Amino acid sequence: MMLELLLNGRRLREPVEPHVTLLRFLRDQAGASEVKYGCGEGVCGACTVFLDAVAVNACSVLAVQAEGARVETVSAFAGDGSLHPLQQELIERGAVQCGFCTPGVVLGSIEAVRLGLAGDRMTIRRSLAGNLCRCTGYGKIVEAVEAYRDGEGAA
Amino acid sequence: MSVVGERPARVVGRALVRHDALEKVAGRTRYAADFGLPGMLHAVLKRADLPHARLLRVDTSAAEAVPGVASVLTAKDVPENTVWVDVPGQTFQVGALKARTNVLADGVVRYHGEPIAIVAAETEDAALASVELIDVEYEELPVVTDAEAALEEGAPLVHEQGNLIASWQLQEGNVDAALNATHAVVEQSYETQFVDHAYLEPEAGVAWLDTDGVITVRAATQVIEHFRDLARILRVPDNRVRVIAPYVGGGFGGKEDMTVEPYLALVVQRTGRPVKMVWSRSESLLAREKRHPMKLRYRTACDAEGRLLAQDIGIVADGGAYALLSALVLLYATTCSQGPYRCPNVRIDARVAYTNHTPASAMRGFGAMQVALGYEGQMDLLAAELGLDPLELRRRNFLEGGDTLAVGQTLDTHVALPDLADRVEAALGPKPEPSTRGRRVGRGVACNLQPYGRCVWLNDWSSAWVGFELDGTLVLRIGVPDIGGGQASSLVQLAGEVLGVDPAEVVIHIGDSALTPLTGTTTATRQLYMSGNAVLQAAGELREELRPLAAELLEAEPDDVEFAGGGARSGERHVAFRDLIAAAAKRQVPWHRLSIFRAPGGDAWRSEASWRGRVFPDFTYGCHAVDLEVDPETGRIDVLRYLAAHDVGRAINPQSVEGQIEGAVVMGLGYALSERVVYEDGVNLTGAFAQYLIPTAVEAPEIEPIVVESGEGVGPFSARGIGEPPVGAVAPAVAAALADALGRRLTVLPFTRERVAEA
Repeated sequence: MMLELLLNGRRLREPVEPHVTLLRFLRDQAGASEVKYGCGEGVCGACTVFLDAVAVNACSVLAVQAEGARVETVSAFAGDGSLHPLQQELIERGAVQCGFCTPGVVLGSIEAVRLGLAGDRMTIRRSLAGNLCRCTGYGKIVEAVEAYRDGEGAA
Repeated sequence: MSVVGERPARVVGRALVRHDALEKVAGRTRYAADFGLPGMLHAVLKRADLPHARLLRVDTSAAEAVPGVASVLTAKDVPENTVWVDVPGQTFQVGALKARTNVLADGVVRYHGEPIAIVAAETEDAALASVELIDVEYEELPVVTDAEAALEEGAPLVHEQGNLIASWQLQEGNVDAALNATHAVVEQSYETQFVDHAYLEPEAGVAWLDTDGVITVRAATQVIEHFRDLARILRVPDNRVRVIAPYVGGGFGGKEDMTVEPYLALVVQRTGRPVKMVWSRSESLLAREKRHPMKLRYRTACDAEGRLLAQDIGIVADGGAYALLSALVLLYATTCSQGPYRCPNVRIDARVAYTNHTPASAMRGFGAMQVALGYEGQMDLLAAELGLDPLELRRRNFLEGGDTLAVGQTLDTHVALPDLADRVEAALGPKPEPSTRGRRVGRGVACNLQPYGRCVWLNDWSSAWVGFELDGTLVLRIGVPDIGGGQASSLVQLAGEVLGVDPAEVVIHIGDSALTPLTGTTTATRQLYMSGNAVLQAAGELREELRPLAAELLEAEPDDVEFAGGGARSGERHVAFRDLIAAAAKRQVPWHRLSIFRAPGGDAWRSEASWRGRVFPDFTYGCHAVDLEVDPETGRIDVLRYLAAHDVGRAINPQSVEGQIEGAVVMGLGYALSERVVYEDGVNLTGAFAQYLIPTAVEAPEIEPIVVESGEGVGPFSARGIGEPPVGAVAPAVAAALADALGRRLTVLPFTRERVAEA
């Protein structure tokens, strides 16, 4: 069947098999390799994308469920030479090591701050519980989210 | 302020933003699975359904008939399917073992998930459909799933030569006499579990046939030198295989042995077409090598003042179904099993056995981690016996520079343990009160030692190329795989320091066995030490080659020339690299340099004499402390505070050092509290990430790293390695805190809620 959606502002019209997940569609058919496969079972959060502005694990959504939707990946937040303030904080605070979880962490954290779920450090940690990281121990990610949230509040 | 030689450092010692972070945070880094080629096949493995069985029949006809299938390969199709590896470590009793490793199972499968066949097809769906149709007829064989049982007479044999993979034996002084004539003796057994690396990036790669018939494999790996192993398997000359390591999504030792590489290379050799393979998470959990479980038995004695007199240590490790790196893992365990403590009488009997479990091999800590649960547990037991503070007892026994370990290695750099203990103690403050009634708070400390750099018997070396382009920009070429620890960016920082170039303007080409000078594996906490020294050497030699010319251009004495600010200067005069290199090119003064750094070497292990002496280049030491709250009813544990102090000699990038410490501590907490690969009669039951519980941001506490710079270490600018060391002290610190809270010591990892509630 034909699938039509808006990927990072770009209109896509592609044939897709009904059993194909949004993750597989994005990676294999739409060239969005910034969306990572980490587990395929909705546990690790490496494939987090915004589906109509809501963070979802792309591995746990069928591509056809995104019909007519607005899909955003981490690429939507990093233009040529410019970064989202959260991305900037992550870099400056050393919160990026292997970087494989990072695209998911960026989207999950942006949503948490937008929804007001990033209060004290423990609530930030709760809001990150769906994004596993094996390298950093999370501390520097939490600091980055905190700094970004404070920056947003000031803005 | 950081000082390099006589003058303040420009970039070393600064928390520079890593050059790879920008692309990673924007999602632009092309990891192994993010790459493809036109006309690429997709390959999938057929894996064993049973842990031990004879293969009576492997029928691939139905699988081959699936539309879109390009090839199905089994053991008979592999030019050199069986690779025999010399395993060290049986030196004195039975001689070196010739260990068999199969690319594809040949006649027998020895563990659940062992690869039997490779299917390559036009699409992933076709490959997955085809692999289901491979018809395997098994004859089940008896399984052996306990390392001690495997070493008993009459145990089912995993390999025909017997189940002993390696054994290290040591005897220093007179242990029996010391045990009989001392003030206090404590005896305890400890047990560690199977653990998965659980990096976020599953094993993946793409391979193709390049010009000159070079089979090229671009894969997530810590070791591009596997091109040689691939050449052996394919039965082609070494120069016909090339391995490229892109930025890797986490390694931790799990991408040290080969993963997808041989299967990809075989498909390319057979079909001539590009091919991709990505392991699913469940495949990775099922069949990727694990951390060795160990059974530790300790008898430890001290005098009335708490000074250690004897350690009697038994280690039995589960090596799983193939030998891989078991002998070396056991060597690390053996060397470190006395802990960072002086002890005149030491006896160690260490053995690692084949079982029908997933092969065990490298994982961060590499044997030195498991034994920390034992040696630190013993220190706590002795402290309790003597009524001494646990840290005080340790202070009375800490190794010092100049001391000699039981293996015969004399420590020739500073041992900062007293300082680390002081720093931790000063930061700790009073023990917190429980948050509610019924809960208890416990405090634990633990110290450890971990080698950095490979065993000296391996005669390790690293090469690096540092040079300028004609426009004056700086380039590094070095075969280092970057697995996320900032391996590449630290090298950029070092070159920038020596040559006075802003690291942000340096480009580094890494991880290509054909095009970048080989620098050895990203394992064994060796890259900063080895590649760092190689880059330092190359950059320093390049600077000295350019110095006379720079002096001439600046009309200065060579000794007055300083390399800084993107060029050379003397007083007010400055020449930019653009002009200096243009002049160098005109005069045929070299403007690039290839250098080799050689680590101290050692004799081979095949004689009893050589076993005594230096085993490792150096060690990194640590002291950790944890406060945690336990609910004895439910077994729930909340880590309240975690301090981790390490002497890193010199922090090249303090932020990266903190990152290594924080990440390792959380990995150590997973090992201590929740992580376990579960087997039942050899069948791996941990098939999903939801069943393998690595810490989330909620379980992970705030870590307080304490970075001590003693100025002594064998890495560049006196740095010590920090990749592995901080993982080792965590489980024993947690065990001590639980014992403090509960009044009872847990000795079997992980300390799950069930076990804590039962304690």
